[in-house]
Amino acid sequence: MLQSRFKMPSHDELVKRMDAIPDHVLRECPICHAKFLSMRLGRDHTCPKCGYGFRILAKRRVKITFDKFTEIDQNVTVPDRYTDEKYRAKIAKAKKVTGLNESVLTGIGSLNKQQVAVGIMDPFWIMGSLGSATGEKITRLFELATRKDLPVVMFTSSGGARMQEGLHSLMQMAKVSSAVAEHSAAGLLYIVVLCDPTTGGVTASFAMDGDIILAEPHALVGFAGRRVIEQTIMQTPPKDFQSAETVMKHGFIDQIVKRSDMKKTLTQLLRLHTKENAYG
Amino acid sequence: MVNKTAYQRVQGARRKDKISTAELIHGLTTDFFELHGDRLEADDHALIGGVGLLNNRPITVVGIQKGADTDENIDRHFGSPTPQGYRKALRLMKQAEKFHRPILALVNTPGAWPDVESEYHGQGSAVAQCIIQGMQLKVPYISIIVGEGGSGGALALACGDRVLMFEDSIYSVLSPEGYASIMWKDSSKVQQAAEELGLTPESLLKDGIINQIIHEYKPGDDLSDLRDFLDQQFTELENLPMSELIEQRQRRFRNY
Ligand SMILES: [Zn+2]
Repeated sequence: MLQSRFKMPSHDELVKRMDAIPDHVLRECPICHAKFLSMRLGRDHTCPKCGYGFRILAKRRVKITFDKFTEIDQNVTVPDRYTDEKYRAKIAKAKKVTGLNESVLTGIGSLNKQQVAVGIMDPFWIMGSLGSATGEKITRLFELATRKDLPVVMFTSSGGARMQEGLHSLMQMAKVSSAVAEHSAAGLLYIVVLCDPTTGGVTASFAMDGDIILAEPHALVGFAGRRVIEQTIMQTPPKDFQSAETVMKHGFIDQIVKRSDMKKTLTQLLRLHTKENAYG
Repeated sequence: MVNKTAYQRVQGARRKDKISTAELIHGLTTDFFELHGDRLEADDHALIGGVGLLNNRPITVVGIQKGADTDENIDRHFGSPTPQGYRKALRLMKQAEKFHRPILALVNTPGAWPDVESEYHGQGSAVAQCIIQGMQLKVPYISIIVGEGGSGGALALACGDRVLMFEDSIYSVLSPEGYASIMWKDSSKVQQAAEELGLTPESLLKDGIINQIIHEYKPGDDLSDLRDFLDQQFTELENLPMSELIEQRQRRFRNY
C-alpha cells in the first residue's frame, strides 16, 4: 500500500535535488570525487567510497582516537618577537578555528588502559606548519615521554616549515629530531601516523623517524610539492605520485590504516611493545 | 666586512665565479681521496666527499658541488642532492665516526633536488636520517655555508657543533623567489623577500643560529688562514669529553 504510493524519483530529478542541496551539506571527496551528504562522512570523517580521511581538527581526532586525553603545554604559542601584522592575523584566525594556541595538540592519552604520549598536528592551524612553538611542544612531548617511559604516537599533517618564522622554523627539524633520538635511545616506541597532507620539513624530519610509520588512505605524503617540481624542473608528476599508497610501494610506510581502524591498530601496536613482554 | 643588502647577499651567494666546494676541499686538504656511492644504488655527483688531511689531521669532508657549466650542472643537478646523495653523505659521516676523525661539511645548494624520482626514493626520509643521525655523531662536526644554504637540503649537512657562513652566503627556510610568490603572488618582490627572510650571515649571527662569519675566499686564494682556523676549531672540540661535545651540540639546537 505504502510502497505503491511512493514513486522513485527519476535520475534527472535526483540530480536536480542534489544541486539544490547547500554546499556544506553535500561533500565531494577530493580523491575519488564521489559526492555524498555530509552526514555520511560519519564520526570519522572519511569518504564512504574510497576511505580517504578528510582533514580534521586535532581536537576531533583526539576524541575519535583515544579513550582519555590530558592536554599539556596548551599555552605554548608563537613567540611575541613575531610582530608582522599579517602573520598575527593568521595566528588569531587559526586559534579561533582550531581552539589551539599552536599547530600541534600534545598530551598524554590512553588506549585500552595503555598510556601513550600523543601529538596531533592540526592542518587548519596555518596549514599545520612547523613554527618554533610547534617544535617546542613536540620536543617537550618527547622529553616527557622519555622521562615517563612512554611510547609516542604522532599524527602528522603539515604544509612544512613556517616561512614567517624564517630559519627558526627550519631549526625545529633538528631540535625535534634530537628529542626523538633520545627517546629512541631509551628503547621507547615511536609510532607515526601520516595524515593528509604531510610535506616539506615535517616529512624531512620527525614524520620519517618513526619505528613504525602508518598512514591514512590516500594521504598526500612527500617532500617537494607538486608545484615546486613543476616550476623548478618542468616535470609533470603523475597523479598519485605522493599518495600514501605510492609511498608505501616505495618502502617508506609500514601500513595504511583506515581511520575507523586506527584506534584498534594503535592499541594492538602498543600491546605488542609492552616492556613486560620484552626479552632480557 | 662590506655592508650589503640582503638581496646583494643572495646574488653573492649565487655568483658563478664563487669558489666551489671542490676547490675548497683541494685548497684545505692534502692527500684527499674521494669516495663514491651510497652503497645502495647510486653515486650522486651533487654530493661529493672523501678523506683528506687538514694540517696533517685526517678529516672526512662531505660537500655539495654545483656545476661550472650547463653540462656539469645537469650532471650535478645544479647542486641539489638526490636521496642517494644524502645517503652517501651519511655513510661517509658514519665512517668518520668509526675512525674517530672530525667532519667538515661544505654546503652550497638551492635545496634538495625536487623531482619525481627523488620523491620515490624517499627524499624526506634521506634528509631526516642525515639530521637525526648527524646530531648523534660522536666526532666534531663543523659546517660551512659556502654559498646557498637552501632549506632542509642544507640543514641535512648542518646539524653539527659549529655552523659558519661565508660573507657572501645565505641560509634560508625557502628561496626569496618562493617566499615572494607565496606571500604576494609576485616573484619579482625578491628584494623585500630576502629582507624579511633574515637569510644573511649578519642577521643569522645576531639570531644565534650560526657561530661565525668567515671572510669570503675567491678561487685561487691561499686558504691557509681558513685551514688553520678550522684546525684550531677541531682541536677545541676534540678537547671536550665526548659526552660534553654531544650535550653542547644538543643544547645548541634545544635553544631554538
Ligand atoms: Zn573518496
